[in-house]
Amino acid sequence: MKVKKLYELAKTVRSKNAGVDRITFDIIFKEQENYKLVKKSKALSIKTVAALYGIDESRICDFVEFDPAKAIKFTIQRDRPSGSFGDSDIFGCQQYPPLLDLDIEVG
Amino acid sequence: MKKKEKLRIICPNGHLGFACTKEESFYIGAQTEPDYYCCDSGSDDIGPVPLGNDSCVSPRKWQVHDLELMLLAARKQNVPMIIGSAGDTGTNSKVDSYVDIIKELAVKHQLKSFKLAYFYSEVDKEFLAGQMNAGVLIQGLDGRDNLTRDQLDVTNRIVAVAGVHPFIKALENGADVIIGGRSSDAAVFAAPALYHGFSESLAYYLGKVLECASFCAEPYGAKESVIGTITNQDVKITAMHPDQYCTIASVAGHAMYERSNPYYETFAGGTLDMSNCKYEQIDKKTTRITGPEFIPINGKIKVKLEGAAFVGERYVGIVGVRDPYTIKNIDKVVDWARSQAAQELDGEDYQIHYHIYGKNGVMGDLEPIKEIKSHELGIVVEAIAKTKALAKEAATIGSRQIFYARLPEVKGTAGTAAFLFDEVLPGSPAYRWTLNHTIEVNHAMDLFDLREMIIGGKKLSLPRKEANK
Repeated sequence: MKVKKLYELAKTVRSKNAGVDRITFDIIFKEQENYKLVKKSKALSIKTVAALYGIDESRICDFVEFDPAKAIKFTIQRDRPSGSFGDSDIFGCQQYPPLLDLDIEVG
Repeated sequence: MKKKEKLRIICPNGHLGFACTKEESFYIGAQTEPDYYCCDSGSDDIGPVPLGNDSCVSPRKWQVHDLELMLLAARKQNVPMIIGSAGDTGTNSKVDSYVDIIKELAVKHQLKSFKLAYFYSEVDKEFLAGQMNAGVLIQGLDGRDNLTRDQLDVTNRIVAVAGVHPFIKALENGADVIIGGRSSDAAVFAAPALYHGFSESLAYYLGKVLECASFCAEPYGAKESVIGTITNQDVKITAMHPDQYCTIASVAGHAMYERSNPYYETFAGGTLDMSNCKYEQIDKKTTRITGPEFIPINGKIKVKLEGAAFVGERYVGIVGVRDPYTIKNIDKVVDWARSQAAQELDGEDYQIHYHIYGKNGVMGDLEPIKEIKSHELGIVVEAIAKTKALAKEAATIGSRQIFYARLPEVKGTAGTAAFLFDEVLPGSPAYRWTLNHTIEVNHAMDLFDLREMIIGGKKLSLPRKEANK
């Protein structure tokens, strides 16, 4: 089975606040083919994402495959609101990097 | 209301004043003579501190720069200019500050007289307490519980997030310039479209796609202008920067930016359903969108409330570690420092958080890499307490005791930490978001106080006090 890293297939991988209580993650593809490959591989799912970030699946409050933008999107509940004492990413924009190295089976 | 076949709105910046508007693409857009100049100037991204202590994260100079560009262009054409969420948080003092800037700019440029409308969004705690006593539920958003009296009582400042209503009211009153308190980003653009008779579905979509300016274009480049055009059939969005393009991918991609779900967006008064949106590239720089659907709320209008509460005064210490054995045992070192603080500050109310950069300083518990691979660590020791003196003491002990950590096999016995400064630094006070809720209102204007004034005339001058500022 041939394997590629997610960063080799996706155009954009990002995270950002979705309001003060949640962080949303976008994985956007340029090529339809890559988008389909990643969807088919099932490497990105509520289960895999929860395992990767070490959180309970119940903290993932949305998981959407968004065809018009060739994108996969999921959202997690923060452990505390943005900017609370002890929060170190007020904008939530540096929480995506663990996704970059995800292994994707490409056939 | 003037019914129009087509309305063109320019958006120069996704958060006016937070970083300066880029002028080249703004002037390219202004040359096409748009019907409205609209921009949002706030965000809850900046954390709870600015709302809590009524401060601003944008320098006044940048705010003036961006307001000046828009005001001069709009007045030159004699078309309206609309700003939402003045001064990052949209609190009353920030609305006043923007009103002052507009007045000063009118004098500076000797502008012909125009009507300025502005509205306040702050909500009185006593009013909310009264509502709660009367049985009105203040419902939690995004998984939050409904508001309790305790949470309300500790909250320092609350703003209501305006929908289109105060802006439309101001336009009906003939406003040339509108300065809004806290507002939904999209309302700033949807309001003029609704005022001119376009459908809610397309008007709210127009607002949604325009709110972050060039974030809906590619390649990435912030603070560049885009123009949205609404007709009775569609919305078109065009990038103004010579090297940026609004593509199907960039426009559809923007629909999901900063929100949990790309298909739905809720405003005061209803929800925009984007699940049947169709995107077409109609020229190199323009994408056309059809098919959004606005679903009005069934029952009373719900208005979003944001509130922040004081948690404590804050000091931070900055400490480096280079010794490999100390790095390997950093958790024990931190435990030691914590235990020393606990001994010395026994019975005191304080908290210390260790941000350990090089280990998991950025991601905290979400960090999947558990093994430290760095040859040095940067530790930010964040301490809070009710008084500055206690926060300073906690930060000092929490930092300094890293230096004195007792590890059995450490080679360096003259201190296990490098201090950037041999002191701790005062930080902004700590606040937390206590309100991310909604409240039902009888009338859409209930929480918003709209006012107006005529600016200018023949000889413009400021009152002595303001002129001396």
